[in-house]
Amino acid sequence: MTQLWDFAGGIHPPENKHQSTLRPIAKTTLPEYLVLPLQQHIGEPAEPVVSVGDRVLKGQPVAEVRNGMGVPVHAPTSGIVEAIEQRPVPHPSGMSDWCIVIRPDHEDQWVALEPVEDYKRLDREQLLELIRHAGIAGMGGAGFPTDIKLRPPRDRKVDTLILNGAECEPYITADDMTMREHAGEVVSGLEIMAWILRPSRCVIGIEDNKPEAVAAMRQAVEGTQIEVLVIPTKYPSGGEKQLIRILTGQEVPSGGIPADIGVMCQNIGTAVAVGRAVFEGKPLISRIVTITGDAVQDPGNFEVLIGTPVQDLLAAAGLQQERLNRLILGGPMMGYTLTTDNVPLVKTSNCVIAATEKELPAPPPEQPCIRCGQCAEACPMDLLPQQLFWYSKAAEFEKAEHLNLFDCIECGACSYVCPSAIPLVQYYRFAKGEIRTQRAEQLKADRARERFEARQARLDREQQEKDQRRKERAKAAAAAQAKKQAEADNAAADGQAPDDRAAKAALVQQALERKKAKTAAQTSEQPAPAAPDIAEEKPDVDALEKQLTQAEAKLNTMQGMLDDARAQQAENVEKLERAVAKNHDRVQRARQALELARKQIAEQPASSQ
Amino acid sequence: MALVQQSSPHAHNARPTSRVMLWVILAALPGLMAQTFFFGWGNLINVTWCIALALVSEGAILKLRGKPVAFFLRDNTAAVTGLLLGLSLPQFTPWWVSAMAVFSAIVVAKQLYGGLGANPFNPAMVGYALALISFPVAMTTNWAEAATLWGDIPGFGDTLAKIFTGSQTAVDGWTMATPLDEYKHKIASHTSTEVLTHPTFGNLIALGWEWVNLAFLTGGILLIALRIITWHIPVAFLGGITVMSLAFGSNPDQYAPLQLHLLAGGTMLGAFFIATDPVSAASSHQGKLIYGAGIGILVYLIRSWGNYPDAVAFSVLLMNFAVPFIDHYTPPRTYGHHKARRGLPGRNGG
Ligand code: SF4
Ligand code: SF4
Repeated sequence: MTQLWDFAGGIHPPENKHQSTLRPIAKTTLPEYLVLPLQQHIGEPAEPVVSVGDRVLKGQPVAEVRNGMGVPVHAPTSGIVEAIEQRPVPHPSGMSDWCIVIRPDHEDQWVALEPVEDYKRLDREQLLELIRHAGIAGMGGAGFPTDIKLRPPRDRKVDTLILNGAECEPYITADDMTMREHAGEVVSGLEIMAWILRPSRCVIGIEDNKPEAVAAMRQAVEGTQIEVLVIPTKYPSGGEKQLIRILTGQEVPSGGIPADIGVMCQNIGTAVAVGRAVFEGKPLISRIVTITGDAVQDPGNFEVLIGTPVQDLLAAAGLQQERLNRLILGGPMMGYTLTTDNVPLVKTSNCVIAATEKELPAPPPEQPCIRCGQCAEACPMDLLPQQLFWYSKAAEFEKAEHLNLFDCIECGACSYVCPSAIPLVQYYRFAKGEIRTQRAEQLKADRARERFEARQARLDREQQEKDQRRKERAKAAAAAQAKKQAEADNAAADGQAPDDRAAKAALVQQALERKKAKTAAQTSEQPAPAAPDIAEEKPDVDALEKQLTQAEAKLNTMQGMLDDARAQQAENVEKLERAVAKNHDRVQRARQALELARKQIAEQPASSQ
Repeated sequence: MALVQQSSPHAHNARPTSRVMLWVILAALPGLMAQTFFFGWGNLINVTWCIALALVSEGAILKLRGKPVAFFLRDNTAAVTGLLLGLSLPQFTPWWVSAMAVFSAIVVAKQLYGGLGANPFNPAMVGYALALISFPVAMTTNWAEAATLWGDIPGFGDTLAKIFTGSQTAVDGWTMATPLDEYKHKIASHTSTEVLTHPTFGNLIALGWEWVNLAFLTGGILLIALRIITWHIPVAFLGGITVMSLAFGSNPDQYAPLQLHLLAGGTMLGAFFIATDPVSAASSHQGKLIYGAGIGILVYLIRSWGNYPDAVAFSVLLMNFAVPFIDHYTPPRTYGHHKARRGLPGRNGG
């Protein structure tokens, strides 16, 4: 006997499971419409890849996720895309979201399927891609994409793979019936996941109130390494954290994931879907849903196509409309009420309860907390529900967080036992929501402040740069002025160069002189161009040199302005660029002209001599 | 038809506060019966008188506070406060002393602090302690002498007359000090054996008292079995007395022996019915152990070295003071955390 551990707290609500296990899983008839929400998983919503009016085949992807996390949605049967529009979707808020509506053509014609006979010949990546393409997302609750879950962080080896067959919530029997009737498929799906993860231990945990499922699974795992462990019935043993504790004795660190302690939990339905995706090549287009409650005459489990409206399922189970008081999607502990039966069943829908008023009566009016501590006794997370309640109610969120509010799994055990009928979980949800909003706002405010500060810093910097450039320009202008002055002085009295440029100019002058002398020394045979006389020659060079300096100065200014404009992303950048280019040309031309003139001067003596 | 909108959970376990309190009352009945059997009609009259007064004053103050009277009276908590006072007061307590105790309990200790669930102090014990301080003579000289099983007990009419008119005649001979008081005062000048010859100690431990205590113990075990209280406070309470007695009072010629501490006086009533009042007690298991043990230790200290013969009320009230502190430092270790988060946010958090 393998050792089992216990978890703190827990409750034993009436199970109410027998009603829906009396008959085998049935099939619903094809509904008039199938409504496929684009977001049935955690992550980015899928984008339609079909258009209204298209004919689609059964199993054909109709929406895919191209960027980010998510899985595609497939047509559950062949038919015509009737609409792509907002429709009510299953959500606690009763909101609407984008859906693809398909009208079945009753031909039920499959796309070409590509089953894989020996998955061990595929590599891990190929298998994961296959699972992703099959649109599989955790079918137990949140709908986390299965391929991503099967890809734990690189440094986290999964040692224990757990298949969650606890199904601890009252009323729900979908996993129970799946294990009873599809034990083989459950095991083969689990084996594929085990092959991907290579854990050293693979366990199926089932509550002891499901002896038939236990027997079926025991038989199915014969000859494999998989263990079937029977755990005591206690809500919420099927909570991921609780089940891990029961089966391994370890606890998932607060804020962490099971992979942090080398554990992964998968759901029964997900295992079946993985098996079908691989061995039959079929995407996830149907699931087992329990329909129960005193307001239906024929409770039981149905294999329903994803997208089947709840009302069709209710009709299939013989709803007595006049008795229906509360319609719950999910279980009585953690499910949420639906405002309408016009929402589709999705990949994560496991149970619909059509409850009469007598069955799930409205809770008595809330009384003051008497600090009886029953809630703390029941809490499977070892929290202090009554303190969390005070602090949530008093909006002392910091204290609530300090008492680990965010470790609350919203299992409802505390509310269930509270003698004062305080809707504790509602308070926690409120507090969590408020804290999240506050955080988001804080983040927004932080961002805004950062942006403001960054802008301020940039403006300051630009201002400084501008000042700097202005100074430089002023300096350059002064230099140009000085150079002009120097040249004038030079020309007049061979005066000292007041600055670099003037010095350079002087050097150039000297070089010119030398060159002149040199060329003068050589006797050239070149025919002289139309020779102006020297007296005319000299002012010509001067003028050209002046032109060059001016052009250079202007280019400098333009360049400065362009830099400025660029830094400020001003609109006139282009204009300035053109101006700079033009000035550049002008400088070039001035230089050439000057050169030419000087050459001429240099040649002049020779020709004139 | 309109579907009900409700947030989860949708199922509730229907054991409302009123039922819980009813169970407390029922579990106290064996003790009350034993009291009546050994000490006469006094406790029964007290209980009835106190419950009636408690309901009336609770109703009146709820009305004054503008609260729904019927809604709150139905929770039975005022009745339990009255019951506990009636069980704790001396059998022949004059009616006005009980009235004052009930009034302080319900109006001051409970309602003025905000009503059900908001009172930091155990209401019944506030009433008891105030009565004891204000009327020490009335509260110590009105204990009935225990009768043997077949001995004659003061009649109902005489008891009633004693309580409501103060007429001394009929029951005069029937009052006496409690066994603990008797022992404490006599042991200074006598040996244990000599002291124990006094009829109040009977043949077993303390005539009548032992049975009353055992009856309350039985009721207490019932409450634990029904999961209305947990074992932590009573066990720690009794453990505290036991450890103190063994450590400091093992010499019977100096201090009352352990069995007298456990089975005479209001020990079992205190441990299972009074200290376990959830509103004013510590909330976590660890906290309850500290809280209960603290009461037990204080009870022993006050009984042995204090001026009052019994000490449950003072001990409970003193530990009530410590509850916020205990609660801050004894949260359970939440799943997935290495350590419990003690104290307040920002302090010792971890
Ligand atoms: S169960 Fe309800 S009444 Fe009791 S302590 Fe918790 S919140 Fe308060
Ligand atoms: S809902 Fe939260 S606080 Fe309440 S029992 Fe569950 S985990 Fe504990």
